[in-house]
Amino acid sequence: MPSYVITEKCDGCKAQDKTACQYICPNDLMTLNRDLMKAYNQEPDQCWECYNCVKICPQQAIEIRAYQDFAPLGANVIPMRGTDSIMWTIKFRNGKLQRFKFPIRTTAEGSVDPYKGKPEADQSKIKQPGYFTTTKAMPVIKK
Amino acid sequence: MEKETCTFSFCKKPEIETVETDLLLIGGGMACCGAAYEGARWANPKKIKITMVDKAATDRSGAVAMGLSAINTYMGENDPKDYVKMVRNDLMGIVREDLIYDLGRHVDDSVQLFEEWGLPIWKLGDDGFSLDGFQAKEAGKGSLKDGGKPVRSGKWQIMINGESYKVIVAEAAKKALETNRAATGVKQNHYERVFIVKLYNDAKEPNRVAAAAGFSVRENKIYVFKAKAMVLAAGGAVNVFRPRSTQEGQGRAWYPVWNSGSGYALGLQAGAELTLMENRFVPARFKDGYGPVGAWFLFFKAKATNSLGEDYCANAEALAEAKAKYGKYVDNLGTAIRNHLMMRDMKLGKGPILMNTHHAMEAINKTFMEKLGEKEGAKKVKHLVAEAWEDFLDMAIGQAGLWASNNVEPDKVPSEIMPTEPYLLGSHAGCAGFWCCGPDDLGAPEEWNKKWPVGNYNRQSTVKGLFMCGDICGASGHKFSSGSHAEGRIAAKAALAFMADNASYTPTINETPDHLAAELYLPFEVYEKYKNHTTAPEVNPNYIKPKMLQTRLQKIADEYFGGISTWYMTSKTMLEEGLRRLQLLKEDTSKMAAKDLHELMRCWENYHRILSVEAHARHILFREESRYPGYYYRGDFDKIDDTNWKCFVNSNYDLKTDTWTVKKVPYVQMVEDAAPVKH
Repeated sequence: MPSYVITEKCDGCKAQDKTACQYICPNDLMTLNRDLMKAYNQEPDQCWECYNCVKICPQQAIEIRAYQDFAPLGANVIPMRGTDSIMWTIKFRNGKLQRFKFPIRTTAEGSVDPYKGKPEADQSKIKQPGYFTTTKAMPVIKK
Repeated sequence: MEKETCTFSFCKKPEIETVETDLLLIGGGMACCGAAYEGARWANPKKIKITMVDKAATDRSGAVAMGLSAINTYMGENDPKDYVKMVRNDLMGIVREDLIYDLGRHVDDSVQLFEEWGLPIWKLGDDGFSLDGFQAKEAGKGSLKDGGKPVRSGKWQIMINGESYKVIVAEAAKKALETNRAATGVKQNHYERVFIVKLYNDAKEPNRVAAAAGFSVRENKIYVFKAKAMVLAAGGAVNVFRPRSTQEGQGRAWYPVWNSGSGYALGLQAGAELTLMENRFVPARFKDGYGPVGAWFLFFKAKATNSLGEDYCANAEALAEAKAKYGKYVDNLGTAIRNHLMMRDMKLGKGPILMNTHHAMEAINKTFMEKLGEKEGAKKVKHLVAEAWEDFLDMAIGQAGLWASNNVEPDKVPSEIMPTEPYLLGSHAGCAGFWCCGPDDLGAPEEWNKKWPVGNYNRQSTVKGLFMCGDICGASGHKFSSGSHAEGRIAAKAALAFMADNASYTPTINETPDHLAAELYLPFEVYEKYKNHTTAPEVNPNYIKPKMLQTRLQKIADEYFGGISTWYMTSKTMLEEGLRRLQLLKEDTSKMAAKDLHELMRCWENYHRILSVEAHARHILFREESRYPGYYYRGDFDKIDDTNWKCFVNSNYDLKTDTWTVKKVPYVQMVEDAAPVKH
């Protein structure tokens, strides 16, 4: 229904001011039912199946059920996202399983030092092509 | 019909916060992340404040939120001139070559930074096979910057392990904003979950942007950002035409479903001139799941055929027919023409159109076994199958789910491809957007740079202080993710140059904060005023909820402006009738109703969609030819007419009078023609 939340597993992110899925959903779909303290997708027909809620959920309480206006039942695709790689398990309708593992980043999360080893911006060049990082002359169109 | 107004008689007045900043970045996608990174470096020594405002969480916002399996624009050994030729060819001959060349000469720096920050990029192994980001590191392959050879799936594309692409780029942008806070002493300069609704022009200088107003999607709070310059990159327009999916599958748009035309609507209401808004993109993708086909075509060399096994792009009769209408543009078989030929076969009942993944895999299997022997060959094939799945899992996970639910194994059966509903965008294979100033060192006409009416600053729109990038800088498609980041950097740097030249400027607007709050919260007022009139809040004669607003827009666009239900066909009479209906829809927006903050965002998003579609329809109406066959057709002018229409179509919207002016602007060729392509 795109994304759905398994009642038994969701703990509403232990009543923090917002749940992880609510924090991350790019389309503002995940929301918290404060009476039940469970999250849910408030607008399933606007879900892109981007899996960001699935990947971030600390309880692994969120999965995706494919769009029923075109997808037959019975399959699922489940990620396990680690710090440097992601493992995918694909279950086909006929029960066949496939598993893949792919890299996701080569540096530690949070370790980006954006200007380390980069030159300062040369303000005298602010109207020239190129970036503060540019060291060579920028090419132009030669006829 | 009487218009509704908000006096806070029914809904509660929100808290209003005014944020005074210098450079405002609207959007948190690739383009504004680039703007933050480049901008902060130039701004910090001068204590210039930069503020980013994003309607979602920047880690996963914008078009790259899910991830990507390739970076589609990396020059490497290529000449940016050839990049210009490719883009011009794919966009049917009319593009801003100065902007495209400029992007081409800048883009690699951004890609190399992504790798430095941690994005795994595939490298070519010594045996000619591909290594993923980890294997490449283990094998001691250097980074792109140090001469490492990327795996090219096409001339311009390189393969990546891109699940965390946006997270990595966002991390650098957020750190850059942190350095700006440290330099300026500002406490907060990154606002997530704040949706910008409207830009406001300067009280003393009407053609200058001065403020942006938006609201928090999390609490009852309005934000007014006052800025000396702005970089706008709020994305293209998705789900503006009735989608092929009928219910929950509507979320599975090809382009991100949250791209609501805000980039277009914000800029055009501020008075910025649009260009090529008649352009649209109708990608041919795997049916329903809209998974990418690029890797299958380019990397696995799969062929698409009709169901009789015929190559629909090689049918002599079809080609002759197309050539008679669209002339030389048929020769290079660009994306639009291939769509056109595919649809011809579908209309003749020769569908479904199939991507023959199984034949491609069989051929690869055979080559590998012959080359490497059975054991090593099987290992490489297994790696390749994983790569094929990764293509989906990195960027269209739903497609993997769809294959699994249909028991599709790509090495055993072909898969259906299909042209989607239309999309408006300017960074992928489309070029709808704003008319912007370009670089002044490339020999472009001076009207495009030195004589730019509001000042010669790269990527500045025709509104002073308002800079455009990503999906909404027009006439320069094929930037993709890397190019959007690169263009954000170009725009931010130029905006800072502009600010340095206008140091004494202080933004002021005529509207009071209370006025802005009333404007933005009108859908709340309307809902609260009328909700008890009926027993079910969804059906009420006094208002329209955002979902129905969008549905009506999609139906009008689809039926009158050349959507899927007419096979992308429209005409003067159809466009005029559609515009009449759209005008009524626009009037009804004064009765938009929202029950909560989520719906308030949906109301304004759909308002943005309506304006984007109006621009699109007015441009199609003005251009009396079919420049983009396969994307849309003017039935009354079903040909490409270079004599009269090899030009840009530009338009301006006047917010006060709700009127449009549309005009021709000459096209200027800057890079010579490519040698003819042989097929």
